[in-house]
Amino acid sequence: MNLSEKPTHSLILKINGTDTILKIKPWTSLLDGLREYAGLSGTKKGCDHGQCGACTVLVDGKRINSCLTLAVMHDGHEITTIEGLGTLENLHPLQAAFVEHDAFQCGYCTPGQICSAVGLMNEGKVKTEDDLREMMSGNLCRCGAYSNIFDAVKEVINHKTGVLL
Amino acid sequence: MRENYIGKATNRVDGPLKVTGQAKFAAEFTTSGLLYGVVVSGEIAKGKIDSLDDSEALKVEGVHKVFSHKNRPDIIHYINKKHEDQDSPYGEHFKPFYDEKILFNQQPIALVVAETFEAARHASKLIKIKYSEEPFLTDMQIARLEAKKPDKGKMGWEKPKSRGDAEKSFASAEVKFENEYTTSINTHNPMEMFASTVIYHGPGKLTIYDKTQGVMNSLGYVCNIFDLKKDDVQVLSPYVGGGFGSGLRPQYQLMLATMAALDMKQSVRVVLTRQQMFSFGHRPGSINTFKLGADKSGALTSIYHHVVQETSMFEEYTENIASWSGVAYHCENVDLDHKLAHVNLYTPLDMRAPGAASGMFALECGLDELALKLNMDPIELRLKNFAVNDQAHFHRPHASNELKACYIEGAEKFGWSKRNSKPRSLKDGRKFVGYGMAGGMWEANRQAIQVMAAYNKEGKLTVSSASSDMGTGTYTIMAQMAADSFGLHIDQVKAMIGDSKLPEAPLSGGSWTAASLSHGVIFACDKLKKTLFDSAKGMKNSPLSKSTFEGSVFKEGWVYDKTDLTKKVSLLDILKHEKKDEITETDGENKIMGMIKQMPYSKNTHAAVFVEVKVDEDLGMVEVTKVVSAVAAGKILNPKTARSQILGGVVWGISQALHETNLIDHNFGRIMNHSLAEYHITVQKDVGNIEVIFIDEKDDVTSKMGVKGLGEIGIVGTAAAVANAIYNAIGMRIRELPITPDKLIRAT
Amino acid sequence: MMSDFSFQRAKTPKEAVILLGLHKDNKVIGGGTNLLDMMKEGMTDSHEIIDINRMGLNKIIRNEDGGFLIGASVTNTDLAYHKEIEKHYPLLSKAILKGASPQIRNMATTAGNMLQRTRCYYFYDTATPCNKRNPGSGCPAKTGVNHIHAILGASESCIAVHPSDMCVALAALDAKVHIQGAKAEKIIPFVAFHKLPGNTPHLDNILAHDEIITGVELPANGFAKHHAYVKARERNSYAFALASAAVGYELNDNLLGDVRIALGGVAHKPWRNTEAEIFLKGKLPTKDNFRKAAEIILEGARGYGQNDFKIELAKRVVVRALEMAINNEVQL
Repeated sequence: MNLSEKPTHSLILKINGTDTILKIKPWTSLLDGLREYAGLSGTKKGCDHGQCGACTVLVDGKRINSCLTLAVMHDGHEITTIEGLGTLENLHPLQAAFVEHDAFQCGYCTPGQICSAVGLMNEGKVKTEDDLREMMSGNLCRCGAYSNIFDAVKEVINHKTGVLL
Repeated sequence: MRENYIGKATNRVDGPLKVTGQAKFAAEFTTSGLLYGVVVSGEIAKGKIDSLDDSEALKVEGVHKVFSHKNRPDIIHYINKKHEDQDSPYGEHFKPFYDEKILFNQQPIALVVAETFEAARHASKLIKIKYSEEPFLTDMQIARLEAKKPDKGKMGWEKPKSRGDAEKSFASAEVKFENEYTTSINTHNPMEMFASTVIYHGPGKLTIYDKTQGVMNSLGYVCNIFDLKKDDVQVLSPYVGGGFGSGLRPQYQLMLATMAALDMKQSVRVVLTRQQMFSFGHRPGSINTFKLGADKSGALTSIYHHVVQETSMFEEYTENIASWSGVAYHCENVDLDHKLAHVNLYTPLDMRAPGAASGMFALECGLDELALKLNMDPIELRLKNFAVNDQAHFHRPHASNELKACYIEGAEKFGWSKRNSKPRSLKDGRKFVGYGMAGGMWEANRQAIQVMAAYNKEGKLTVSSASSDMGTGTYTIMAQMAADSFGLHIDQVKAMIGDSKLPEAPLSGGSWTAASLSHGVIFACDKLKKTLFDSAKGMKNSPLSKSTFEGSVFKEGWVYDKTDLTKKVSLLDILKHEKKDEITETDGENKIMGMIKQMPYSKNTHAAVFVEVKVDEDLGMVEVTKVVSAVAAGKILNPKTARSQILGGVVWGISQALHETNLIDHNFGRIMNHSLAEYHITVQKDVGNIEVIFIDEKDDVTSKMGVKGLGEIGIVGTAAAVANAIYNAIGMRIRELPITPDKLIRAT
Repeated sequence: MMSDFSFQRAKTPKEAVILLGLHKDNKVIGGGTNLLDMMKEGMTDSHEIIDINRMGLNKIIRNEDGGFLIGASVTNTDLAYHKEIEKHYPLLSKAILKGASPQIRNMATTAGNMLQRTRCYYFYDTATPCNKRNPGSGCPAKTGVNHIHAILGASESCIAVHPSDMCVALAALDAKVHIQGAKAEKIIPFVAFHKLPGNTPHLDNILAHDEIITGVELPANGFAKHHAYVKARERNSYAFALASAAVGYELNDNLLGDVRIALGGVAHKPWRNTEAEIFLKGKLPTKDNFRKAAEIILEGARGYGQNDFKIELAKRVVVRALEMAINNEVQL
């Protein structure tokens, strides 16, 4: 059923490696597109205004707040969500480190934290512990797991780069 | 019970689901034909709705219905007096859409239900509402003039008890000081926004996914107000994206989604916006008038703590703010009082360590100020006034109290001895460095609970209870306890919670879940083991025919005779013998039974928290660079998740000290910073190195295993320690939370 | 309000401005980080959203005079970490990195950052009056929650501040703004782009409805030798400025040469005061001189109660930034 006179767009998003066709109206955010239309509820809505980071996903490898962009703007883009990082049997190193360091409590900010950390590692700008704290500050955690998140991300950076922060 | 998992750092059993995005929260369950509801919030603090025009909203394609007071169904809620929930304070509870009256700002006044979220959201903005405004008051500082004693308060309210003659002893005290401490209104803001997905199965038959800290509470509430049968409704909340007290009462999206589903005979989901997360429940603001008197040796001779706390006009929310000042330290003369200032805001709601987080901010800052006057180390002052028993409660002894060890081990780990008590004596570059400490206390309670244990033919043990895990680690400690009880690997154990069809559990709050569940799991597992043993013993030619249950041990799917381990029966054989796929037992304890042994004792957790801050005085900016929190909370079931609980509490304390406040425009009676951009909570950059120490503490009174609970104790005292550290850094005493740059700039 | 709107992509700046001109509620979208925020709050209506991210304006080009032209669509992240920008305009990089969060900086564009709107509580809350959102309705901030509000250049109509960090640096650097209009292109000084509220607070800047920014031009001198960006805020990251200062100067034989001081978080636009800059020219870089310059800048500042502290805070921020610029210290 067409909900209005404004046209529905048909777009192709490469979500977690799979070309996904979404028939969507322009007013749908990328976040709602993922959660309500693509059935990927791993990406969380914590504020819907870019103020918490829970909705962080990677677009062409860069971390963004998916609540502050329209799905229709991403036709042809490659989107990576938490579901695309690892599986229960084969966790992504960051996912494994988050479990090992107990880097979450309720788990609601966690997919955003992990996607943000993946983006952070892609950026390669973290040189010090202070940098790491600053560059992870776009992801709020109300449970207050910050020190464990810090430890988990630091461990994976150290392991990957061999450079101790 | 053998201890392979208990007491050992164990990864969360729900961890992999959470880090892969597979753990589903209330707004993430779906069904075909699901409708989306968006709530319209009111825009005045008090008055009435003159007109509500939804005609434009209804024209939006995909919109099915707009609910408001004009057309709300005649549900029993509106006439029934029984619409309390398990955490309702005394008063006239708010009933959404009951009539045109507006009782508080951001009150829910309409619900738009549409085929898509976007259509509902769009239509919600097209509803035209006209109000008549009435005079209102939201400023606690004005309302305090009319403050009055609570009539009945809420569950857990304890009228503060005075003793001796505090006034007289204060007048004659050798060293004394008095001042006023103010705590601000804070809002819980769990990361997950409140949501209810109501799946409609037929008249009166519903499955509800709700964000709650107690599925039984949501179930009871919904059945009461909609006159439904408890057997026909199932409430589920397998994962809860943070609670901190906000989920102790059912929030209005539950009532609205259920109303819409029943009325429209369709499944409906309602999710609140972040802005609307400021429209219900908050930590109340409090004004603490405080006087301390001591003799020259530092012995307290007088404690005076009078509190004014705000609540709504329609409910008497009370929290025990002043009463901690009567138990935390030894003092013969104590004058405590608690009054309520009624304002036109929504009723406050328990928020992490309700009462203690506010009252002990005043008390622990007060002691710091007194220590300064006495020229005494703050720890020495606290040791001097150590409460050997609970003077406020018949001088009962402590069931356990390792507070002294908290001071000593915490100070050692922190490096407290390096502190110079003279402010402004230590600098790091442009910043002043300061050290501060405070003590903390919280009650160690236990509630009635039932747990089911089941062993099945796959060799798996399941333990289940209608409890919840809001990040507290409930799943994990249940699995640890059950695994140890049966001598199984933790992978062979499944914990189930967050389902109203499971055995009854209390609300998860007040730090009592772990202690309560530890009993429930032990009772249920023991009962199941007894059943299994009896069956094994009764088998033909049973190797255990001469064994006793007391002399048996369960390990890796077998039951053995402890005295002769060659005598054993496989649990799977017992199932075969019984011709069952699964054997289950349910057990637990009622509250009275559990309380008898505890009656003669005072039961609390204790903590000492040490904080290092760096203060950029010119810019009014504070960094918390180091924290050591030493906690005595009895038996620690899981040092990993327990540490996280304390880390979280500490971060909350930092946030309470430096960041959080609801900025209310009293001309509108409205919270203006209702967003996470402007309601500041601590971020990663604000948090330095936090260390947690658990003091070894034996306690066989509070609970069988000696578990005391950890949800609240981490925050208590932390804000005071931060404030005390700021004083030590720059010599400025800020007695009004939060300590923001404006206050620090004004003070210099 | 997140109303129903149509969507299309513009291929060229000219096409974008033509599409914009077709309807008063047509809007262009860059990063969308502020526009979507406002649409969801129900503050603004859109008829058509025109995506201008695929017009090739995402480049940073070196000009013949040694300066640079930053394309309107260059993201804040790409600008801050661009090798030449880091080298020649470290003040700009540092200011950008003090703003928002990495995620937002990855989305937000240069032009979008300039066009972002105030974070005044009342502007965002449609339940309250606001002259900026609803001209003529009043300004409750003057007597309300205003600890974040303007102390300089405010009017009876509006005491909102511009929230950008990037723009404070651009103001200090004397950047220029390239604008594509329906008929022609024009270039205006950055400091003339944003306006003070006066009686028309609904207008943040001089951009007409059917104009777009195509780029920002940086002059050759980036004050790389002596510069600093200092930001005072209510938490150590991810918060808007209570007051900030971008400063750059030349220092020859320990005497100040050309000096630039721009303030953020204190006015409806990034605040420049050339009088203070001239005062410092030829003087020693002492705390005393810096404080005098700060006093000149804040002369005539006015508080509205809760924000009175910002007058003193702004002075300290200026002094601190000028001090830090001596050795290019970085605020951690």
